[in-house]
Amino acid sequence: MSNKKIIALYVLPSLLLLAGLVYIPIFLTGYYGLMEWNGVGAMEFIGLDNYMNLLQDPKFWFSARNSFFLALFSTLSLILYLAVSLILAGKIKGKELLRKIYLIPMLLSSVAIAQLWIKIYDPNNGMLNSLLQTLGVDSPPAWLAQRETVLVAIFIAIIWQYAGFYIIIYSAALKGIPASLVEAAEIDGATPIQIAYKIKVPLISGVIKTTIVLAIVGSLKYFDLIYVMTGGGPNGASEVIASYMYNQAFGIKNFGYGSAIGFALLILALITTWGIQKLTASKNDSIQF
Amino acid sequence: MQENTKEKSKGVKRLAMTALYTVLGLVAVFQIYPLVWLFFFSLKGNREIFGRSPFALPEDWLFENYARVWTDGNINQYFFNSVFITATSVILTVILASFVTFAITRMKWKMSGFVLLLFMVGYMIPIHSTLVPLFQFYKTLNLIDNPLSIILAYTAYNLPLTIMILMGFYRTMPREIEEAAIMDGCSVHRIFLQIALPMSMPVLSTTVIINMIYNWNEFVFVNTFISSDKYKTLTVGIQNFIGQYLTDWGAIGATLMISIIPILIAFFFLSNRIVEGMAAGSVKG
Repeated sequence: MSNKKIIALYVLPSLLLLAGLVYIPIFLTGYYGLMEWNGVGAMEFIGLDNYMNLLQDPKFWFSARNSFFLALFSTLSLILYLAVSLILAGKIKGKELLRKIYLIPMLLSSVAIAQLWIKIYDPNNGMLNSLLQTLGVDSPPAWLAQRETVLVAIFIAIIWQYAGFYIIIYSAALKGIPASLVEAAEIDGATPIQIAYKIKVPLISGVIKTTIVLAIVGSLKYFDLIYVMTGGGPNGASEVIASYMYNQAFGIKNFGYGSAIGFALLILALITTWGIQKLTASKNDSIQF
Repeated sequence: MQENTKEKSKGVKRLAMTALYTVLGLVAVFQIYPLVWLFFFSLKGNREIFGRSPFALPEDWLFENYARVWTDGNINQYFFNSVFITATSVILTVILASFVTFAITRMKWKMSGFVLLLFMVGYMIPIHSTLVPLFQFYKTLNLIDNPLSIILAYTAYNLPLTIMILMGFYRTMPREIEEAAIMDGCSVHRIFLQIALPMSMPVLSTTVIINMIYNWNEFVFVNTFISSDKYKTLTVGIQNFIGQYLTDWGAIGATLMISIIPILIAFFFLSNRIVEGMAAGSVKG
């Protein structure tokens, strides 16, 4: 067997799967977005109508707004995770164990997490409101049933889910910093906070950039937990792009419109990834250490 | 005087350390207590759940909640479906990914860089941008409501991350061993099967456990492509179950516990591999 044949044998099966189930579908999504289609009957070509409607659909923009908030909050919460990781990078007893404890929620399914937090937020028998009542809050909110609180409530569950993941990533990066650098700064009289802020953080800026991409693109894709916890409700208040797409396509069988939303999501994810890479690249160049 | 400031800075340091440990401890409680609370209410009956403080320990430890949902709630069926689909997809994924990684890192060919790029970009694509065509594709092939649809999707969507993790190892594998093998007249297949694959066992086990967790927890594909109970996995199954037993907290808790216990057991024994795999996806990527 020639090497060419061997390479084909090793690579083609995976490549076919990837092409057939990932790459061809993303083009088809864009194409189906041009159709009026209920998923069962024949497709009817309607040009750019779905995409035009999308731009004027207040529900879509509202879900995009929620996705944007989610991305913003997720990015800001990276600061918390980084702070905890920096503490853990010091001389802390039991740090390996702590990191592992923090990671446990990340290992659970979003369905289980959503169901658990539905119970935590239960207005009558949930953990949170019982705690608040013991602390003297008279009528705590019905967290998931009120427009004003639902996003915050979901976001706290998301922090619970992802904190350990980002802490593990930051910790792995911080471990790679040579001890000699830190020791030299200590001898020069730098305080731990200065060392963290001026030496450690800049040195792992590449990883921080990666986590920002992960947090933002991850937020755009975010679905399972919200779908199970609220289904996008109450009355659309917690709808995000992915859940709006799913409800349109597989909920009310508006497959053409759902495809258009899916395609918009793809474009958004690609542009964001590219944009962050550009933005952070120029920033890195201007800071020299 | 100097003695005094030294004492003082020691005191400040101790105070700072106490504060840090308090912060870390609070984070640990926040991360772990909801699960303890879940475990407790999975053992309670409705009388206790609705009548007593949610923080109370269970009075009679109703392990029969677990037995009840296992058979009555169809959870055993969902459980074994999850095991079957997870195991099949994981095996398929790590084998295919090993072939690809070997071909990309150990053999010279023109398109290797481009193929690698295709896999890496595949990692960024949101599944909601592919879901409708996938559904249509499976419908045409008559694979809707067939576990094969799920196994193929899991494999395709987990190949990128698996290759990414394997890549880190294959890149560092010493070439001398292969060269010696070629001198001895070994074929490429034998180098792959008898040298590269066994050497990659540690990192392969990392990819196995990471894939297991992701597949075990997956929801959207099963929810979209599977409609009959006999093929549903735990994530979708418990959704159904909870829809029917809305007010039976003990049963819901037991179901959730059953779905997460296998993961917790795996974590207890393989936590280092899991941590390594989770970190690898982003640091090396």
